[in-house]
Amino acid sequence: MIPLSWYLIFAAILFCVGLYGVLVRKNAIAILMGIELMLNSINVNLIAFWRYRSSDGIAGQAFAIIVFAVAAAEVAVGLALIISIYRRRSSVVADDMNMMKW
Amino acid sequence: MSIESIIWLLPLPPLLAFFLIVLFTNRYKALSHGIAVGTALLSWLGSMVVFFRAIRTERLGTNPFVSVLNWLPTGDRWFQIGVRIDPLSAATLFFVAWTVLMIFIYSVGYHNYGQPKGDHDKPGLQPHGATVADEHGHKHVVPSIEPMYSRFFAFIGLFAFGMYTLVVSDNLLTLFVGWEIMGLCSYLLIGFWYQKPSARAAMIKAFMTTRVGDVFMLLGLAYLYTTVGSLSYSEIFKPETLQMLASTPAIGGILGLSAAGMIGILLFIGTVGKSAQWPLHVWLPDAMEGPTPVSAMIHAATMVSAGVYMVIRMFPLLQAGSEAGHLTPAMSLMTVIGAFTAIFAATIAVAQNDIKRVLAYSTISQLGYMIAALGIGAYVAAAFHLITHAFFKALLFLGSGSVIHGVEHGVLHTGEHVDPQDMFNMGGLRKKMPVTFWTFLIGGFALSGFPLITAGFWSKDEILADAFGHGHWAVFITLALAALLTAFYTMRQITLTFLGESRTQSAQHAQETPWTMTLPLVVLAVFAVAIGWAGISESFPIIGGLLPNFAHEFIGGTLAELPETLPFNIWPLIVSLVVALGGLALGWLVYRNQKAGAEDPLKIALGPVHKLLKNKYYFDELYDTIFVRPAYWLADNFTNQILDRGIIDGILHFIARVASNVGTIFRNYFDKPIVNGFGDFVGEGIKKAGRGLKIIQTGRVQQYLLMALVLAFGAMFYFVFTFVQH
Repeated sequence: MIPLSWYLIFAAILFCVGLYGVLVRKNAIAILMGIELMLNSINVNLIAFWRYRSSDGIAGQAFAIIVFAVAAAEVAVGLALIISIYRRRSSVVADDMNMMKW
Repeated sequence: MSIESIIWLLPLPPLLAFFLIVLFTNRYKALSHGIAVGTALLSWLGSMVVFFRAIRTERLGTNPFVSVLNWLPTGDRWFQIGVRIDPLSAATLFFVAWTVLMIFIYSVGYHNYGQPKGDHDKPGLQPHGATVADEHGHKHVVPSIEPMYSRFFAFIGLFAFGMYTLVVSDNLLTLFVGWEIMGLCSYLLIGFWYQKPSARAAMIKAFMTTRVGDVFMLLGLAYLYTTVGSLSYSEIFKPETLQMLASTPAIGGILGLSAAGMIGILLFIGTVGKSAQWPLHVWLPDAMEGPTPVSAMIHAATMVSAGVYMVIRMFPLLQAGSEAGHLTPAMSLMTVIGAFTAIFAATIAVAQNDIKRVLAYSTISQLGYMIAALGIGAYVAAAFHLITHAFFKALLFLGSGSVIHGVEHGVLHTGEHVDPQDMFNMGGLRKKMPVTFWTFLIGGFALSGFPLITAGFWSKDEILADAFGHGHWAVFITLALAALLTAFYTMRQITLTFLGESRTQSAQHAQETPWTMTLPLVVLAVFAVAIGWAGISESFPIIGGLLPNFAHEFIGGTLAELPETLPFNIWPLIVSLVVALGGLALGWLVYRNQKAGAEDPLKIALGPVHKLLKNKYYFDELYDTIFVRPAYWLADNFTNQILDRGIIDGILHFIARVASNVGTIFRNYFDKPIVNGFGDFVGEGIKKAGRGLKIIQTGRVQQYLLMALVLAFGAMFYFVFTFVQH
């Protein structure tokens, strides 16, 4: 059986990839995608810990399902916002959206 | 209704009139005088009921009508007030009711009810007359209605309340209350035409002068209350109380007076103020500044009588401790002051030209008579003279008001500039004003003591007979001389006013006054004659005993023991006849041919003495120098400059400066640096912090995320290194 640490390392790499994408990509859609990656890396962690540490309950699976639902809702709202911004300003570059400042 | 409840209610209708007029009917002249006269009539009716019940009651003196209420709790007892009608107060009530009712009616005419409004009359000034055009288009000036008509009736209503209260009360405290209410009304009514500076001065003078007496009277009341424990007459006049008062030495033992003597003298000083006896007589002549019904009649018939009434009432106290006809110190003082005032005022009256002032001085003189009579123990004579005097003096004063009114009519008609009160501007009015003339003549003869037919003769004769019979020679001679002068100046007045020829156009055009004024004159004239019949001594030759000596029997019954009647003596009667007839004849002889513009014959005859008399022995000037100016000086230099501005203001200014300095210190060293500094620091600090922090708000989402990451790492490291145990 593959040791737990492998999953954790994989999830950490996946989280870092997502985080990197979120912080450096200019395209807002790509940022959203980065966030998806980060959320899914958490899911991997949840499932892995569930499987290796408390496989007689369903708490890990339930959490993962809830994260999916949240991620889906977030993507739906986020994409809707991005489309709305694109319609107004013909851009999806995150750095251009800087009206909310002093 | 029981007689006691009627007595309780007697004073109230005029008070009601006062409040109704002041509160509601001030604008409606007819309604106001209707209310005032109506309430006076009610009180008069009640008084007559009480009076006739009183004279039909046997032994009223020992069993008076009394009703008492608890009023004020004083410690474990009650201070009681009540009403009491004994023979003295019943008799007083009789003349008060009549004279008050007569003034009320007279005032309607005097203030020109029914006349048009004046052309330029102002409240606070005498009416100046109105111009009216008759059917031919001729313009006439006629008297105009008083601008403050209703106010006058309100004031005399309050005045009547005070007088009735004083008469019916059974104790000295409510008597004093009525006394002071009248003092107030007197002040208000003397200054009724308050825009005249002389009226203002007179009102203040009257108030201040009577106040001097009132303070002493109040001291007497306080002393009496502390000694006896009650101010009710029935308590004070118990024989054992009087005995106790007479045998206790006064506080401080001044002049060896007993407590009774001390209290008597203090109360008597109150009378000196109220009844205008020397040396507090100065206010009464000046009181003539008011409208005639008031300044004259009130200050002649009712209010000044209150002072005499009070000492007559207090007679048992004044007499307490006298043995076998000796006078107590209080009585001696009264005799001296009374007799002196009688002659002193009579001499001044001789040289006065103002018709009202002559009467004012004659009032002072007659009041002196009563005081002197009481001083020598002639209780009934004093009370009887009080009653007769009230009637004939009221008559004379109202008559003089009628004369002035008639002459004023002439002044308005002719447009002459003459004083309508100066007797030397009159003359010959008997044909113009017959009713006034005849009634005035009756009043004047009563005042002079014209034999047999007038009331004044009987009362004055009784006083003289008493003085003679008890051997008070000095008093007898003084009073006889005063009587001579009285007859002389009365006839001088009648001759100058009514007889001879008119000396001015105004007197030529004088007119009889309306019936509202002449009716009271006629009524009072009847009394000025008839009231004397109630007191004819039974030992008088021929007519004595035809009528019972009602005054003696009835009023004398107030005292514990009926005063004995004196045996008849021919000498006082002869003296009385000689002075009355002699004075009248002399007055007529000297003044019958007075020509317009001619000097007063008396001035030529008396020379500098006349000037002295004319200026009232310079008493006004004397008091001005001794009391008024020093008082003003003291008020200005001491009280104002030193006490008020120097000390009191100084203290205040000092406190203000200290407070101001302390405040400045607080402000500079606490408020500004600490309180304000802290507030400013907080505000500035937050502003600076906000300015510093605003640069991180870039609006770029990825920078925020980076910051969140950094902070999250920071927090993570913090938690790991702080809480996690290695």
